[in-house]
Amino acid sequence: MGASNSPLALPLAAVFTVCFVAPLFVLLVLSLHGDVAMTNWSLLNYLSFFTDRFSYSILIDTLLLGVKATLVCFIFGFPVAWLSARVNARWQSILLFLVILPILTSVVVRTFSWIVILGRYGVLNQIALGLGLVSEPLRLLYTETGVVMVLAQVQMPLMVLPILSVLSKQDPNLADASRALGAGEWRTLWKITLPLAIPGIVAGCILTYAASVTAFVTQSLIGGARLIYMPLDIYQQAVGANNWPYAAALSIIFMVSVMAVVAILNAVGRRSETHGRA
Amino acid sequence: MAGHSKVPWDSVSINAVFGLLSAVALLFLVAPTLIVLITSFTASESLRFPPAGLSLRWYAALIDADQMQRAAWNSLVVAFWTTMISVVLGTAASLAIARSRAPLMRAADLLFMSPLLLPALAFGFAALIFINKLGFSPSIPLLVLGHVIVCVPFVLRTTLASLSQLDPGLLEASESLGAPQWMTFWRVTLPLISSGVGAGAFLAFVASFDNVPVSLFLADERSEMLPIHLWQQIETNLDVRTAAASGVIVIGTLILMVLAEKFAGLTRQMR
Repeated sequence: MGASNSPLALPLAAVFTVCFVAPLFVLLVLSLHGDVAMTNWSLLNYLSFFTDRFSYSILIDTLLLGVKATLVCFIFGFPVAWLSARVNARWQSILLFLVILPILTSVVVRTFSWIVILGRYGVLNQIALGLGLVSEPLRLLYTETGVVMVLAQVQMPLMVLPILSVLSKQDPNLADASRALGAGEWRTLWKITLPLAIPGIVAGCILTYAASVTAFVTQSLIGGARLIYMPLDIYQQAVGANNWPYAAALSIIFMVSVMAVVAILNAVGRRSETHGRA
Repeated sequence: MAGHSKVPWDSVSINAVFGLLSAVALLFLVAPTLIVLITSFTASESLRFPPAGLSLRWYAALIDADQMQRAAWNSLVVAFWTTMISVVLGTAASLAIARSRAPLMRAADLLFMSPLLLPALAFGFAALIFINKLGFSPSIPLLVLGHVIVCVPFVLRTTLASLSQLDPGLLEASESLGAPQWMTFWRVTLPLISSGVGAGAFLAFVASFDNVPVSLFLADERSEMLPIHLWQQIETNLDVRTAAASGVIVIGTLILMVLAEKFAGLTRQMR
């Protein structure tokens, strides 16, 4: 292997240049024009986005939605990864199978099953009513709480797998040494396991975040027509309003924002890694 | 000293907290799939859970659902070609990228993986604008190309992972015994990375079959895709046939997953 193999990347590189880089470039160029024919250059699309409170609040809502879904995912996903790293091989593959199952079941199907669960007469409300926790059905469908819940479930495997991968490569002697020196379980978790797992946690958060903010199907079905996030906004502007230049500008703004958040998460991860080593 | 009490509260509490959180997480992971599966066998017209009675009537109703069947067929055809092209291009590219420290190859790796992080809907829209500017209109072959872009990262990831575990000594041995490069690839490399390629192919197939954001823009009027058909069904008239179709998808995925686990060690590959 070595340099002699590099030509093998050429076919895929060619496909990516034509089918990925070129379309994104045209998207950028179109967003800088006032009309689809691309006759006059203008920054009007961007100006109208950033001066309209309603437009940029959709972006902020979307970016925050990703933060909320990622947090919930981490709170529940880390324990699953931690547990999976500790059990024996047989249990580990059963747990992994259960974790992977949802990501491989169609997103539309998964979202649909949540409608059955979250609906006014859904499973969750039946349980809550039956136990006397609430006196009338809770409104979960078409609320942001519902969207966050479903996103956290749908994207959970993306959080668990990278964390599990670093946890299972950790030298168990480190945690043993920490305990032998008198540190309790919680202290060992906080001082040894968690800092060493940061690369996996950052990778999991990046994947979960990127998937949550762009989860068009889940956002539109659980959020309904009134909760608008960026993907639905782009779709409505492109297909509904047929305003391609503005939809192109929205797409560029959205992509740049997501990349910026990913870059920040990456930087945070790298900083805490070097900090942990020092 | 009181330091050594009989009950190690510290260890009990961490196991209790993490065990509880994991149990809730696993319940939430599995329950929705189970609930939709059980609901699909309902005898009534509503999507209530638990179902009032059990029957196969909604599965029988699928036999007459021509539109849904056509959509399912379209999705299978697209997923098949997407997987084929992704596997060939992705495996070739992995051989080039693996172990290469050349900056150009690092950049290529980053580029090929970027569809995983970029909003797919924005890419789908960009592709529509692009083919529109070129004077084409949406069609199945163009849709397949669009799917390849978002599915190839899965093949790359699993294939690169198994290539990194490949012992370079084996390749040197094969070469020193006079085997030409293609024979080394065919007889040594490929059999050793086949499970990685297989797992990647499975993931690419599922990702393509399930894709909404790219199909939304690139599928032409006549060729509706199954996830989009179901999505529109759910948005407009929620009927139990959707649950039955979901049931078919869940069972199909489960069978594929068990096969992928058996032949490619899927759960090992995903770590």
